[in-house]
Amino acid sequence: MTGWRKPGALAVVVLLSLAAVALAASVGPSELGLRELIAALAGEGDANRRTILIDVRLARALLAGLVGAALSAAGCAYQAVLRNPLADPYILGISGGAALGAVAFDAVAPRAFLEATTGRPAAALAGALCTLVVLFGLTRFRGRTETTALLLTGVVLNAFDSAVIQFFVSTGDPARFQGTLSYLMGAMTSPSWSVLATLAVLCGIGLGALAAQARTLNLLAVGDEEAAQLGVNVERSTWVAVVAASVVTAAAVAFTGIVGFVGLIVPHAMRRLFGPDHRLLVPASAFAGAAMVVLADAAARTLLAPSELPVGVVTAMIGGPFFLVLLMRRLRES
Amino acid sequence: MSAALAFEDVGFSYGAAPLVSGLDLAIEERTIVGILGPNGAGKTTLVRLASAALAPSSGRITLLGDDLSSLPSKERARRVAVVPQETHAVFEFTVEEIVRMGRAPHLGFLGIERPRDVEIAREAMDRCEVAHLSERSLRALSGGERQRVILARALAQEPRVLLLDEPTAFLDLKHRVAVYALLERLHRERGLTVVIVSHDINLAARHCDRLALLRAGRIAVDGTPGDVLRPEPIRAVYEVDVDIGTDPSSGRPFVIPRGSTT
Repeated sequence: MTGWRKPGALAVVVLLSLAAVALAASVGPSELGLRELIAALAGEGDANRRTILIDVRLARALLAGLVGAALSAAGCAYQAVLRNPLADPYILGISGGAALGAVAFDAVAPRAFLEATTGRPAAALAGALCTLVVLFGLTRFRGRTETTALLLTGVVLNAFDSAVIQFFVSTGDPARFQGTLSYLMGAMTSPSWSVLATLAVLCGIGLGALAAQARTLNLLAVGDEEAAQLGVNVERSTWVAVVAASVVTAAAVAFTGIVGFVGLIVPHAMRRLFGPDHRLLVPASAFAGAAMVVLADAAARTLLAPSELPVGVVTAMIGGPFFLVLLMRRLRES
Repeated sequence: MSAALAFEDVGFSYGAAPLVSGLDLAIEERTIVGILGPNGAGKTTLVRLASAALAPSSGRITLLGDDLSSLPSKERARRVAVVPQETHAVFEFTVEEIVRMGRAPHLGFLGIERPRDVEIAREAMDRCEVAHLSERSLRALSGGERQRVILARALAQEPRVLLLDEPTAFLDLKHRVAVYALLERLHRERGLTVVIVSHDINLAARHCDRLALLRAGRIAVDGTPGDVLRPEPIRAVYEVDVDIGTDPSSGRPFVIPRGSTT
């Protein structure tokens, strides 16, 4: 094994994600670039500029980065325990379940709680976990997970979730659902620092758990029975992995809505670069996913400026065809 | 003296059909035992029960004196390793990565490998003649190569009991002989207890101290190759008439089927 090649590549991916954040914070309608950003970070320049560069652009880039890291690492975890490289939080319906939880929260929460930063993620997590239980109950046969069963269940769960969301929106108070339509396609905004902090804490917990589980994920990716024979408590480890993945997915969805396919594209590309060892794959996917969503969001808000695309439109336009190619290959293989 | 592996009146059913019932078998430490029997006799079920992949619906299984169901999974994996019939890999793990997974039950909480773990995995790859494949993906290998890789992973586990389910099914003649020679050497040098489930009566007869013939989920005949490999017990278990010769290289009995009785 060429000892330093892969850690070197990981360092490059980390630098790329930082560069993506810097780039995203340097583009926008007001003509402020990288130089002004660096000055603002050093505490120089006027307060107005600092607000635009740090509170508006940088905060949004960091939000996008956390969301990308969360969704990509979650994709790695689902793919490992289901032994299916097509598993992704969006395709499986976990994101949809989380969105349903968040919209249900908007529909019924007392007005005073609507602006609090903890209620939505908690509701989203409840939605994601319910979806998880249904999904595993229906599709997880011993040994391997059937691709068709898995995808079909995901399709049905997504259809069900969006129907219930439509129900809430159609019957509820319109004032509560102003942003819901774009939310369903991924609505990145400039978050408050308290939103960012909540997301960072939840991602820290979830990604930390996944990183600590990386070696176990390798064993689970080979097979449940073999993992058990190698000393893994399969039931417990599987739940730890999928709950951790669902926590970060729910946190991402709670604040930015449904950004699809990131958890599919990024781990696939990183597996090409780093191989399937999750000790490298999980961190590499997290950073590469951050870079991807940061850049996708930068594109979403600048390409058609002054109007903005939901970031989920950008990722789905890339991810949809990508998914079909992977699916075709997989069906041909079997 | 406690048995390495003991089944005490073990039953297991899948749905309504009992796959194993009233199974009694005690395997002493430091022996090589062959489990033979026709298709569907419960051989693979026995391996999966012994490795706790399945839990018995009745009876009790002990591993080196302890109840299998109460052993923590890591401790169990340090005592017993399994070479299953077949392995499917979805992801492109390399041979070296797969073999190093064998060290998992010996690693601490954070799962950090010490140089010794890498060394043990290397040695296991050498013994199973897969070291030259170390960078290849398991998926790209032939069935026989894959089986040797999985055997190497089992050896890297440094178990005291090794269970093999049809270890030679995909192997060519040369590697069949090599695998059995390796198992005998490990048994001799390290006191490894080896349990081989096999269809190949003659290879098992040549290398095992004891043979147990399974029929319809229970032990039908049990004893030394000389006791077991006689025309009557084989006819009772396999429903074929056989002639018994002598294996010139080992002096053990050699079974030659005549043809079906039906």
